[in-house]
Amino acid sequence: MADNKYIYTPQDFKSDQEVKWCPGCGDYAILNSVVKAMPEVAKRDGIPHEKFVVVSGIGCSSRFPYYVNIYGFHSIHGRAAAIATGLKVANPDLSVWVTSGDGDSLAIGGNHFIHAIRRNIDLNLIIFNNQIYGLTKGQYSPTSEFGKITKTSPFGTVEYPFKPGELVLGARGKFFARSLDVEVGLTQQLCEAGAEHKGMSVIEVLQNCVIFNDKTFAKFTATKELREEKTIVLKHGERMLFGKEKNKGLRLNGLKLEVVTIGENGVTEEDVLIHDAHEPNPSIHMMLADMEGPDFPVALGIIRDVKDDSYDNRVCQQVADVQSNCQIHNVDELLNSGNVWEVK
Amino acid sequence: MDQSNKVELEDVVIRFSGDSGDGMQLTGTLFSDASAFIGNGISTFPDYPSEIRAPQGTVAGVSGFQVHFGSAKMNTPGDYCDVLVAMNPAALKANACWLKKSATIIIDADTYDEKSILKAGFNTPDPFTELGLQDYNIIRAPITSMTKDALADVELDLKSKLKCKNMFTLGICFCLFSRPLEHTEKYIDDKFLKKNPEVAKANKLALKAGFNYASNTHAFANTYEIAPANLAKGRYRNISGNQAVAWGFLAASEKSGRPLFCGSYPITPATVILEELAKRKDLGVKTFQAEDEIAGICTAIGASYAGNFAVTTTSGPGLSLKSEALGLAVITELPIVIVNVQRGGPSTGLPTKTEQADLLQALWGRNGECPLIVMAASTPSDCFDYAFMAGKLAMEHMTPVLLLSDGYLANGSEPWKIPSMKDYPSINPPIVTKTEDGGPFMPYKRNENLVRGWAHPGTPGMEHRIGGLEKHFLKGSVSHDPANHQRMTNLRAAKVAKVQDFLPDQTVIGDENGDLLVVGWGGTKGHLLTAVKALRAEGKKVSLCQFNYINPLPKNVRDIFKNFKKIVVCELNMGQFANYLRMNFQEFEFLQFNKVQGQPFTVVELKDKFNELLG
Repeated sequence: MADNKYIYTPQDFKSDQEVKWCPGCGDYAILNSVVKAMPEVAKRDGIPHEKFVVVSGIGCSSRFPYYVNIYGFHSIHGRAAAIATGLKVANPDLSVWVTSGDGDSLAIGGNHFIHAIRRNIDLNLIIFNNQIYGLTKGQYSPTSEFGKITKTSPFGTVEYPFKPGELVLGARGKFFARSLDVEVGLTQQLCEAGAEHKGMSVIEVLQNCVIFNDKTFAKFTATKELREEKTIVLKHGERMLFGKEKNKGLRLNGLKLEVVTIGENGVTEEDVLIHDAHEPNPSIHMMLADMEGPDFPVALGIIRDVKDDSYDNRVCQQVADVQSNCQIHNVDELLNSGNVWEVK
Repeated sequence: MDQSNKVELEDVVIRFSGDSGDGMQLTGTLFSDASAFIGNGISTFPDYPSEIRAPQGTVAGVSGFQVHFGSAKMNTPGDYCDVLVAMNPAALKANACWLKKSATIIIDADTYDEKSILKAGFNTPDPFTELGLQDYNIIRAPITSMTKDALADVELDLKSKLKCKNMFTLGICFCLFSRPLEHTEKYIDDKFLKKNPEVAKANKLALKAGFNYASNTHAFANTYEIAPANLAKGRYRNISGNQAVAWGFLAASEKSGRPLFCGSYPITPATVILEELAKRKDLGVKTFQAEDEIAGICTAIGASYAGNFAVTTTSGPGLSLKSEALGLAVITELPIVIVNVQRGGPSTGLPTKTEQADLLQALWGRNGECPLIVMAASTPSDCFDYAFMAGKLAMEHMTPVLLLSDGYLANGSEPWKIPSMKDYPSINPPIVTKTEDGGPFMPYKRNENLVRGWAHPGTPGMEHRIGGLEKHFLKGSVSHDPANHQRMTNLRAAKVAKVQDFLPDQTVIGDENGDLLVVGWGGTKGHLLTAVKALRAEGKKVSLCQFNYINPLPKNVRDIFKNFKKIVVCELNMGQFANYLRMNFQEFEFLQFNKVQGQPFTVVELKDKFNELLG
């Protein structure tokens, strides 16, 4: 419920600590988006500053807690989702954010990542996907493309990457959104939407590592024009249109998506799909999350946003239900319950 | 009418054994409960395989449950048995080594056909002669067929009827040892009457039929009376080690006012702690069955950060997986309790058997200088007190505490005089809600006991950060300064060492000086105590020093050790505590007595060893 007593500025969420990411790192932009989103969330949802917490694992992205002026826990590699789960279940009043990377969440922390999603813990997890291990100086990650040449794959990798969106949907996730580091406004909007969603929200930000994987997303992000042609920003209830002239769109051809141009081959705007992020069936969301060049635009925006109850809320509800009608109210009563006898 | 002779006995050991599916654990438990109910002292020990239902009739599938009951407090479940119930030839084969000379063996004669005898691995059709048991008192009761006959009028299928065999057997044992049936009948009604009245009826009929069979056929030359134990007045209940740990945590939660959170992954033999806590939504407990051992401890760390009393439960292999996160709890100085219910190792080892070989792992099994409190419970019921103390020390000293139990304590049970929570000390965690000077909160600022403040997210003005990177000695910022790392390392060690000031003195059972000091720790107490008492009754100058606090050790240990001519450290590992004591007390010679067979010590072997050392 809106409670506008909590009015803050992004400055209230920035810390005084020196930011130690490499100059030009995409992480700066993400930090900027988050500190802009948090005052909006505070105002909209009536959350005071002290209830914001960020938990991170290990990696460049996981230095995030030092750079925001809120409760922060910089933990160990891969475990942020598990630690955040305990934190949120113990105190569901908190607004719990997780910052993580492709190595942290999808390699060493893969198990916690999929299970936090499956349980639908009310966390906002931002995955900084730069498709490389940056903090260990340039080894391939579970999202690096097939054949990628890195220090640990001098002849190219021989393994296929994960797509975070497929994992989220495969783990029966309810909220998945994607942005680019350079799209500060879009990332901010997605963070606000993720915070509003009750349950696990995963926001993937494709983020450039200037040192070890520079320009890896450049083929669809390098210029504003390129982004207009090679990406599509999905909005619930709106047609899936993209391109500078907004004359390209997506439509279903049988069981597959295809790109069409309005005005060509008799295609009209009515042929283009309307995005339904609230649809429980994940099939089209999966296809959207999966799209990549050169034939398809990369999907950005909220791909999936389906309402459900959260795990933490169900736990509290169960405790309340049992307590409303129980025989045992304290430890003394418990110790004296059941099979007891007197020695006289 | 029963016309056999009644003989009075001091104590009896009875071992129930059969196929995993024969219900021997329940039979043993019900026998123990009935015995406790009439005032006997009891101690129990289940001994079961790690397979749930290994092939029927094979030695691998034999499940056993031993009860020691008598007219005094029983400190051990007994080494060897007076009565062996062997529901099939495999059970006889697996347990013949635990028979006392001239013991009574009760068998289900219907299962001793040639095929089953050979399946159990006997070479001849006469297992008794083959095992050299022909002169033992063998009661060949046709339990299967008599159970079937007794339940002829019950409307159940044959399979369900045959499940009542164990109640028939229990009835026989009740007659032999003069136990009343009412207590068990009530249990059966409570368990089955609502769900399925026919099942309740069948079980009660079988129980009674077994009792009457033994009574009418004069199967036994004598029946036995075991007088009630002279126990302190008060209200009692039976409790197992795992249940006591769970309830001790509840007590610490109540006394500290901190809600209890348990993040755990199921693992034998620790799982029952999680199960017991999962039942306790009525007391507001949140249990979280994690995706793995790592998530078990990590969710606990997250809950502790939020201000809960957080625990995680595990056994050896799980402790290995939790080590990295334990380091995180040490460096962030967050209170959690980790229970390690030890089992045979290394690796998967012997999941259902007991051992004490995780001691050095508990003390040092982490990267870096990583001290924490290590303590151990020593009887099924004192698991309650040590779980409580683990919670108190963790929260008051802002540190992880590793509590060691073992498979023997976890599954064993004994009567427990129910305590009152008003007799337990308060727990006062150093929760901070504002800073003294109104300035920013310094997460690593310490009180006089070197303990940092516990500020929970959600507290206005106390925003701070913690983490696994070395931190500035006051602030939550990262510090790579060499002097700061030395300082923080020293502080973390000194904080744990200072806990010694809050520990009770180490006690000695027996005289404070003598020829031999028997030293043990944790779950071996019952057996060591029984052996030491027996030798003392013979006038030997032996005393027992059983440790519960291991890191830090109590203050007065040196003063105890110096008053004995010899010291022998007895443990169910190859000498871990002995080496730890050598490191701490270089002036003494520590002799060793060690065993790793997945079984507790026997009192007999302990007495032999002590006599040998006494010369």
